Amino acid sequence: MTAGLSRELIALRVARELREGMVVNLGIGLPTLVSNFLPPDQQILFQSENGILGYGRISEEEFDPDLINAGGQPVTLAPGASFFDSATSFAMIRGGHIDVAVLGGLEVSEKGDLANWYLPERGGGSIGGAMDLAFGARRVIVAMTHTTADGRPRVRTRCEYPLTAPGVVDLIVTDLAVIKVEPGGLLLTEVAPGVDPDFVQSRTEARLRPSPDLREMEL
Amino acid sequence: MIDKVFPTPDEALHDVFDGATIMFGGFVTAGTPTNLILALQRRGTKGITGIANNIGLGDKLDVLCEQRQLAKMIATFAIRASGARQSLFEEQYRRGEVELELVPQGTFVERIRAAGAGIGGFLTRTGLGTLVQEGKQIVNVDGVDYLLEKPLRADFALIKAFKADRLGNLVYRGAGRNFNPAMATAADVVIAEVEHLVETGELDPETIGTPGVYVDRVVQCEPVPVRWYG
Repeated sequence: MTAGLSRELIALRVARELREGMVVNLGIGLPTLVSNFLPPDQQILFQSENGILGYGRISEEEFDPDLINAGGQPVTLAPGASFFDSATSFAMIRGGHIDVAVLGGLEVSEKGDLANWYLPERGGGSIGGAMDLAFGARRVIVAMTHTTADGRPRVRTRCEYPLTAPGVVDLIVTDLAVIKVEPGGLLLTEVAPGVDPDFVQSRTEARLRPSPDLREMEL
Repeated sequence: MIDKVFPTPDEALHDVFDGATIMFGGFVTAGTPTNLILALQRRGTKGITGIANNIGLGDKLDVLCEQRQLAKMIATFAIRASGARQSLFEEQYRRGEVELELVPQGTFVERIRAAGAGIGGFLTRTGLGTLVQEGKQIVNVDGVDYLLEKPLRADFALIKAFKADRLGNLVYRGAGRNFNPAMATAADVVIAEVEHLVETGELDPETIGTPGVYVDRVVQCEPVPVRWYG
């Protein structure tokens, strides 16, 4: 595999989905990188389910155990930040107050089912806040590699791994493509630079419908 | 004068019994009652059902696995799908030596809140159509399906705050709140580890995160350095 975006470029493409004033939760792993690629002139509020709204960059200063994001990383606070307890945090999440959740994925189905918490071949996984975010966020973007390291497609007719939530994914951003989940199936809207749509389809189990406006990603 | 202060974490845990259900506040490194956890390890209490967001991630809960004090954990994050380093808990879980009930994090805290608030459960869509749904009642309200989730309470709650007074009023700091305020409401005996102790009357009532009514014992300790590198 030579074609395809780096993890950073996947994060950069996801960041283009975020707009001024949005409240955004970034999942652990690849989604965390999204905060590095924001346009500086836009105020976006990052929510961390352990009880911060409005955290800033990863902190390089002396470690403060009480100033971490949901991935356990030390963070700074942006102007206007607030703290709250977990009950309030998940009321915010379930209550539809999060505009966008960017989550990692193991598999996404053509119906927008998401599997991202349990790897049967490793006999393990954890739920954390993923299920509440998948059910509660107004828009769910999944950022992941298009296939596993050994080439197994992650975008599938149906998920084989245990689900995080059924029918919740709105947009899939991978190293190869941007795919919109629509009621009628999956719409291929963008391909990575230099990647052929047929190649994307060959790495996808589910059928992709090319958008009439199909274009190359602008990065 | 009401005085809930205990001199040491060990004395604050004097009546913790074998087979107890114990809640632990904290999220990774934030708001984790590390001194109380280490005292519980020294006490050697066995057959514990632990209730905590996470185990083996920058918290000290994993020490309870050294002498196999845990029979079961109810948690949201305990087993990692990736990563080479395994916690002791993870090793014991994979060998079938300790039980684990995984709960979505929002459901976890709301079950605790419900127990503390005298509510017989709550309805959530989280978990519908997943393994979490197994064995649970589905309730339809105005055409929408929800899972019925039941309250979660404990014999003891070990929590952490930044400051306390002798009455047990607690002030939290930063992301150290997390599960501590809810757990403070949902156990028979609530024991708070704090960094700073002040005389009753010295805390600004506007800043109190947990009113003293919920707290039975307070112990002031130097924080134990904790760090999590992912």
